[in-house]
Amino acid sequence: MEIVNVLVLVSLGYVAFLFLVAFAADRAAQMGHARWLHSPLIYTLSLSIYCTAWTFYGAVGFAARSGLEFVTIYLGPTLVMIGWWWTLRKMVRVGRSQRVTSIADLLSSRFGKSNTLAVFVTIFAVIGTTPYIALQLQSVTLSYAAFAEAGRPDGGQINEVTTSFWVAAGLAIFTILFGTRNLDANERHHGLVMAIALEAIVKLFALLAVGIFVVWSLGGGLTETLARIDASTLADFEVPGSRWVGLTLLSAAAFMCLPRMFQVLVVENEHEGHLRTASWAFPAYLMLMSLFVVPIAAIGLDLMPAGANPDMFVLTLPLMAGQEGLAILSFLGGFSSATSMVIVAAIALSTMVSNHVVMPVWLWMTGDSAVMSGDVRQVALRARRLSIAVILFLGYLYFRLSGGGAALAAIGLISFVGVAQFLPALVGGLLWRGANRRGALAGLAVGFAIWAFCLFLPSFGPSAILPQTVLDHGAWGIGAFRPQALFGVTSLDPVVHAFMWSLSFNTLVFVTVSLVTFPEPAERLQGAQFVNVFDHSAPTSRGWSAGMAQSEDLLIMAQRIMGAREAQALFSAAARDQALAGNLPETTPDFLARLERALAGSVGAATAHAMISQIVGRAVVSVQDLMAVADETAQIMEYSSRLEAKTEEQERTARQLRQANDKLTQISVQKDAFLSQISHELRTPMTSIRAFSEILREGGLSKDESAKYATIIHDEAIRLTRLLDDLLDLSVLENAQIVLNLQQGQLYELLDRAIAAAGLADGRFKVTRDTAREQIELYTDLDRLSQVFINVIANSGKYCDVSDPRLSIDVSSDAEGRILVDFNDNGPGIPADKQATIFEKFARVSETKAGGAGLGLAICREIMTRLGGGIAYMPGQSGASFRVTIPAAEPVSVRAAQ
Amino acid sequence: MSTEPAPLFVGRRDYYLRRMADAARLLPILGVGLFMFPLFWIAPETVSSEIGGPDDRSVRTVAVMVYLFVVWIVLAAVSGLISRKLGDESHMQQSRGLGGERTGG
Repeated sequence: MEIVNVLVLVSLGYVAFLFLVAFAADRAAQMGHARWLHSPLIYTLSLSIYCTAWTFYGAVGFAARSGLEFVTIYLGPTLVMIGWWWTLRKMVRVGRSQRVTSIADLLSSRFGKSNTLAVFVTIFAVIGTTPYIALQLQSVTLSYAAFAEAGRPDGGQINEVTTSFWVAAGLAIFTILFGTRNLDANERHHGLVMAIALEAIVKLFALLAVGIFVVWSLGGGLTETLARIDASTLADFEVPGSRWVGLTLLSAAAFMCLPRMFQVLVVENEHEGHLRTASWAFPAYLMLMSLFVVPIAAIGLDLMPAGANPDMFVLTLPLMAGQEGLAILSFLGGFSSATSMVIVAAIALSTMVSNHVVMPVWLWMTGDSAVMSGDVRQVALRARRLSIAVILFLGYLYFRLSGGGAALAAIGLISFVGVAQFLPALVGGLLWRGANRRGALAGLAVGFAIWAFCLFLPSFGPSAILPQTVLDHGAWGIGAFRPQALFGVTSLDPVVHAFMWSLSFNTLVFVTVSLVTFPEPAERLQGAQFVNVFDHSAPTSRGWSAGMAQSEDLLIMAQRIMGAREAQALFSAAARDQALAGNLPETTPDFLARLERALAGSVGAATAHAMISQIVGRAVVSVQDLMAVADETAQIMEYSSRLEAKTEEQERTARQLRQANDKLTQISVQKDAFLSQISHELRTPMTSIRAFSEILREGGLSKDESAKYATIIHDEAIRLTRLLDDLLDLSVLENAQIVLNLQQGQLYELLDRAIAAAGLADGRFKVTRDTAREQIELYTDLDRLSQVFINVIANSGKYCDVSDPRLSIDVSSDAEGRILVDFNDNGPGIPADKQATIFEKFARVSETKAGGAGLGLAICREIMTRLGGGIAYMPGQSGASFRVTIPAAEPVSVRAAQ
Repeated sequence: MSTEPAPLFVGRRDYYLRRMADAARLLPILGVGLFMFPLFWIAPETVSSEIGGPDDRSVRTVAVMVYLFVVWIVLAAVSGLISRKLGDESHMQQSRGLGGERTGG
């Protein structure tokens, strides 16, 4: 047992050293003077937790069983890393901009902060990882056992149960100490990452050392070793194509989906640029880790006794050769591989469990107020620590129950296929905006069901969980449902078979359900943010509308989650940004989004959202929220359109003003013209009257002459009077001051009177009438209407200067029952250029024949308009032609009503 | 999301960065091809040939191993070269260039 004691001492010393390194790194990070901590190489080395004890011990065992096939497990991640531009870059950017804390958090964030999805992913991550943790415990235990056997070949046994228990307990303590120092999972665990990077170097160094020793010391040089490989059972490369391709794809998928890989790739990522370095350095690291695997396997198979466990060749070969120092180094390498994996996996899982399971339950149990008493920070930390212990205990339990018999590689692959189920939702969520929560849930459920049925349950051995009959004849006796030959596919080995079917159905269901269901608003917002993360990397949050949240309540809650100092710093910084005195900022949506992101770093996006919504008073981003946002937008739009309308109205008013102004100007011009016309019209008779009255006053005239001059004066005075009457009439009409004297009357009588009054009844003028059609009852202002008729008829008499003047008066009615009276003479008519103006004031067809002041037709038009009818000149007749339109006589009843 | 139209042609430097991004995208595809290539060496009969020493028709593990590790080293080296070219300062423009190129193409 001597060497075992040494081993225990060495491992304790090694762990103590790791503690020191982690502690120093944490201190250095706190002091802020450790640039090397932020080196991309540290990041690359931390990725090496991909190489667990499975790699360190198991790869050689894998190679001893299946030759070069083991390398596929490292080719997949290599391809993913050199293809970082496709997905990892986006994953890291999204992870950083959304302050993602785990893969469950990422998926839940992407699909509308659905906690259901997060719980789902968490549970399957735990199920998928537990066997893997068991595997690590087993490998550490086996390596102890290997030393114990070497130390006492006569069957000295160590207690495997005790060993594995203490290993698990020790790992739990280490993880708790360094993984839960600060609550903010989004804050980098500098110490831990440093310790892991150191372990990465130790395991690479150990494996290379063993490899070099085996090749150049045991194998007798490179050429000799290659010859030994050729001579061994591994000589031929005879990997089934499906397994080669399938395992490469599987490892690539697992590399992106494993919770611990997500932790180091995304959560612990310090700078996006580190990915660039890792894109070549990590493949190189994997290459070096794989370099000596086949030689060690071949020489182990050659030198070790038959029946020796090939999984332990890395350890047993140096031991057999008596190189105890190298063996201890190798042991430390394996120990490092196992511990770093377990620590990171435990941290990743505990974050998921506490954020998505414990915290929501706790929040739910403490009722509807996150402001209630109790320290959330302590609760979260305790939840995380407890989760770590529980996860390691589960791993230990699995190890105990499974008996630790199964080959290491097999367990690893089963885990891989399990976590690879996250791939469709992950990649789909990052690249496809149409992916939605239902699709993701359905796809995951189907994928895991197939994985459990085809791979996980059968892995416990025939009849352990699944009855042998199911394995042989399929579920319900249907041959197509045989777990390892689904739908009659028998040519694939179980792992590739399960991988192919589960992922195919997972993807199919995910895509189909996403296509046919409609996402919630929050999902659509998040989907756009994730898929287009490079378009707007400044992380924004979906609208909290402010108002109801009380800053103080938020501060109380934030203090309990983030710690008093950090929370106060955040709040006062926000207050400063808002230019407020004091430490309490306004609860603007911006501030709430910022606070939510900060909290998300501690307790996950879904929980942070839930906690703020408890205080802000809104559980989820509901349709109402979106409606409110939309309302706001609509209001703004309405306001601006109202402004626009106002502007339009103003423009319209301005236009109207301009028009009015134009009209006024026009009217002013008309008025001037009118005045000058009036003065002209008045002046002419006045001049004659004055002249002749002066002549009469001087006397000395004959009686005839006197009479003649007096007649002229009299005529001119009459003309003046008529003119003034007309003007007065027109003015009254135009100002609508006229009072209509409505009467009953006959059109026939009216026309008779008008003809007589116009002086056309003397027989010189031949007037043609159809008296039968003139028997129409009128109800209108008869005096005014006859004034119009007289005017029109007199005009004919005045202007119709042919030798045989004729006037025809036709009466008809139009479709609307109006009476149309047409006056048509056989004179020369009115020249086309005058037709437009004859109804204007002072418009006369010819100056010479002026009988009046040219106001007659203007008065007629005014009268007819007032009477509800009209008067128009009709061109195209043989002579002058006027049409007078009279409205139909209203029925008596209507009149009475008026 | 950006409303301004992407320019049809870009400067020499941006052009170069975009081609490097193309290379970064194509490299894993090349890698898949190269890593899967040894499968073509396996003649159908050799799979079922008896396990034992090397015979003329089978593919030697050593040969495949050497091939794979050489490919591995070359891929890592090329990836290193490309990622060096896609330097930090280009990081700001990459997304833009990328989007523009996709929509413009």
